[in-house]
Amino acid sequence: MSVDKILGLETEYGIVHRGVPDPDPISASALLINAYLDQVSAASRGPNAPRPGWDFVSESPDHDARGFITADGRAPAIEMHMVNAVLTNGARYYVDHAHPEMSSPECADALSAVLYDQAADHIMVASMEAAKEVLPEGQELVVYKNNSDGKGNSYGCHENYLVDRAVPFEQVVLHATTHFVSRQIFTGAGKVGCEMPGSSRRQVPFQITQRADFFEEPVGLETTLKRPIINTRDEPHADPLRYRRLHVIVGDANLCQVATFLKLGTTTLVLAMVEEGMLEQGVRFADPVRALQQVSFDLTLRQPLLLDDGSSATALSLQWSYYEKAVKYLERFGSKKVGGATAELVMERWLQVLTALEQSEHSPLIGVVDWVTKQHLLTAYQERKALSAGDIRLAAVDLQYHDLRPDRSLFARLGAETLVDERQVAAAMEKPPKETRAYFRGRCLEKWPDQVVAANWDSLVFETGQTNLQRIPMMEPTRGTEKHVGSILDQCATVIELLDHLKASDPV
Amino acid sequence: MPEQEQQRKNAATSREDFEQEDATPGASGEQGVHLKAELDDLLDEIDEVLESNAEEFVKSYVQKGGE
Repeated sequence: MSVDKILGLETEYGIVHRGVPDPDPISASALLINAYLDQVSAASRGPNAPRPGWDFVSESPDHDARGFITADGRAPAIEMHMVNAVLTNGARYYVDHAHPEMSSPECADALSAVLYDQAADHIMVASMEAAKEVLPEGQELVVYKNNSDGKGNSYGCHENYLVDRAVPFEQVVLHATTHFVSRQIFTGAGKVGCEMPGSSRRQVPFQITQRADFFEEPVGLETTLKRPIINTRDEPHADPLRYRRLHVIVGDANLCQVATFLKLGTTTLVLAMVEEGMLEQGVRFADPVRALQQVSFDLTLRQPLLLDDGSSATALSLQWSYYEKAVKYLERFGSKKVGGATAELVMERWLQVLTALEQSEHSPLIGVVDWVTKQHLLTAYQERKALSAGDIRLAAVDLQYHDLRPDRSLFARLGAETLVDERQVAAAMEKPPKETRAYFRGRCLEKWPDQVVAANWDSLVFETGQTNLQRIPMMEPTRGTEKHVGSILDQCATVIELLDHLKASDPV
Repeated sequence: MPEQEQQRKNAATSREDFEQEDATPGASGEQGVHLKAELDDLLDEIDEVLESNAEEFVKSYVQKGGE
């Protein structure tokens, strides 16, 4: 049976430290984040106030959804301890490997997730500006929202979805694979060239996605080597008997808000249909990794993908099939578990985008689908300047499409369609979503910043002034909402009062 | 397979609805004109916005792998 589709995004951004001879991305990322945190903290609480840290006690990235634990699973803790903050909007902002990363708060629907994705981008802009204040003249940190440097190095934009533990994982793998391969036609962020070993820009001048070049396995636990289409990390950050968290690593980071919305909204619907047992018979690709790359390379969207029974299907036909089934799902089960009214908007946009792609009518997709938008810009620029197909300036335009500086971003200058307005985004940089446990996390951090000594997805640790630290578990992502705890948080003046209230009513 | 037929019918109906809506001048048409104007403006000034040394910029954009 489908569970509420709580979801979120984790975005690793590209970073460049300009004006230094030998830039170090790890310290640049730390500087970026610290500059922002110092500025926010100084504005609200005065200089040098302590910051709540991240708590690793319940992390288990080496647990495999197929039911085993790898002996050599890498613990995440060591390198990430450097900068690791939790924000009053419920997000986590930290250095991961050599990138600044933002994990959004848990969101109740795709539109809320778009809002917090936009808030994350705006926090990057604010961070770049804060860094400029502390860096010497002539230096600058620049953040890019993309997934590849064009030289074989990739970094991710991961998605997370709450899934019913009782659903056989095989069913999730089957349909998620088909969806992830075929949804690329509207989730791709576009890329000049190809980074697969042995391929060249002459063979692939432009492809639909940033990420397809980097995937080697259909299913697996890795995220950095031999990347799998289906990542099996089994770390629910919630009650493990009720839930899985499907951790999706295959997607591109999108600049177009509608593309982010569809990426999350359609995947929500496909997973809910799997949970309801509506999709038992699916299709299997003869070679899923090859199919992923074929879709990314085929700008005509007409190339048939070989299935394991010898027949074939196009990415478009597979998407139409999921769309048609989602119509039935909503008729039969309603939209309660899949984001309510937002699901209707997902269906409307899904239909619009598939129709335009099928008719090769690209103009309505500019500012809606990233690869189409970028290709349009590249073509116009190439014509205007009479450039050859291999001109390096086309690769520069590609990179600068993703530059997040408002005055430099080529994407920002195109005036793409928005689903959320600036006022909402400004609020979301500080306030948590009201419909998930992120609300409790964010409000507590806002109200008692000195007494929340550690936070993670499924608990908060409070310093009460008494002998022991108090851990409040939050194993249910749909609780701790404004409805559940809003009035308690409003009433309580101290952490001790809050803890007494929670013991009496157990609403988190 | 009546279920499948019904399914296709539903999808066909909703596709037709969409196409009819699209045929009337509406938001998406205006959006297209608006974006075309934005693109023309951007191309006019792109040399001021783009990194001045494209080759140097592309070569020096090196990231470590992540995730």
